[in-house]
Amino acid sequence: MEFWRVPFDSEAIEVSRGIVYIIEDRCKGCGYCIEFCPKSILAFSSRFNKKGYHPPELLDHDICVNCHYCEIICPEFAIYSLPAPLEKTG
Amino acid sequence: MPAATKTRAAHQNHPLEDLIRSDRIPHIWCPGCGIGTAFSACLSAMKGGGRNLEKMCMVSGIGCSGRAAGYVKLDSFHTTHGRAIPFATGLKLGNPELDVIVFSGDGDLFAIGGNHFIHAARRNMDLTVICVNNLNYGMTGGQAAATTPHLAKTTTTTAGNPESPFNLPLLAWASGATYVARWTILHTRELTECIQKAISKSGFSFIEVLGPCPINYGRRNREKPMETLRLYQEQTIIRNNADPMDLDVDFKKKVVLGEFVDKQRPTCIESYDRTCRLPE
Ligand code: SF4
Ligand code: SF4
Ligand code: SF4
Repeated sequence: MEFWRVPFDSEAIEVSRGIVYIIEDRCKGCGYCIEFCPKSILAFSSRFNKKGYHPPELLDHDICVNCHYCEIICPEFAIYSLPAPLEKTG
Repeated sequence: MPAATKTRAAHQNHPLEDLIRSDRIPHIWCPGCGIGTAFSACLSAMKGGGRNLEKMCMVSGIGCSGRAAGYVKLDSFHTTHGRAIPFATGLKLGNPELDVIVFSGDGDLFAIGGNHFIHAARRNMDLTVICVNNLNYGMTGGQAAATTPHLAKTTTTTAGNPESPFNLPLLAWASGATYVARWTILHTRELTECIQKAISKSGFSFIEVLGPCPINYGRRNREKPMETLRLYQEQTIIRNNADPMDLDVDFKKKVVLGEFVDKQRPTCIESYDRTCRLPE
């Protein structure tokens, strides 16, 4: 992140990190999670699921900020994020 | 471990897994349908408020949104067409300690069930009514509804809808609802917060959720689901306490979202007890 003035406590603030889980066979390929992820780290995979849709996959799992937006916009209960274990942050 | 491997290991651990009937998922709603997101927001609100889930129940009417009652792993009832509110009223009167949530569609709640809606609001029945408004009758094949925008195309208005739609928050306000809000499925965080507030608040609460019906409404009005969500992003404006007269849904101008009414007045049960159950 770029700052025009570096906050005094920027060293102390930890940006949260998440791990995304995808329950592929529930996905119906609407693409909402892909379109609205603030970090743009999701994309359609080339795989097909049981129903013939392309579920999303993670492009870069190191920059998920665990905002849960993919989880709450998904109409299918097919994707969610959990906090990454501490050693994975930073 | 790469993310792709994690996906399979995590099967069935969605944070709302305990509230959904997993064996019935994937649900019947079409790809891109907004009902699933509104339903998920409702479940998050039910779970997040710290209230006793054993005392919470969901009632739905008929239609695509009406299927919600069948997917929640709590006491729920899928009623006949338009009758979700009277059924919910009975539940609440019979067992006042329940939190009764009505989750249904615009056709069910405002056309077939329109009378029940206005009278439950007038009496201030202690219910939380969530209406997924997708602007048409989705389940039966996309006919014009009481909420279809003027000039919109449906199977029964092929030249464009000659009628004007209801302004639902205005109707709720005029009928006496004590809590009224409107969001779209894109505003799912705000939606979840408002549902939570509505559940914990006593009195008649009404929340309208705009959600796409890509298969029936979107297809006939040349609107792909992602385009509908863009409209929700670009053609809406958040204005809490807005004048209910300004709340018509017309995406040619801005559609107003927010919390419009939050007031207090005696509930149906309180007024009844005060009037008819006088201490001897
Ligand atoms: S949690 Fe947020 S940042 Fe992470 S993938 Fe989902 S939407 Fe993107
Ligand atoms: S939002 Fe859900 S259903 Fe839509 S593409 Fe993403 S995972 Fe699949
Ligand atoms: S017909 Fe419309 S409202 Fe019904 S499930 Fe399909 S997209 Fe949703």
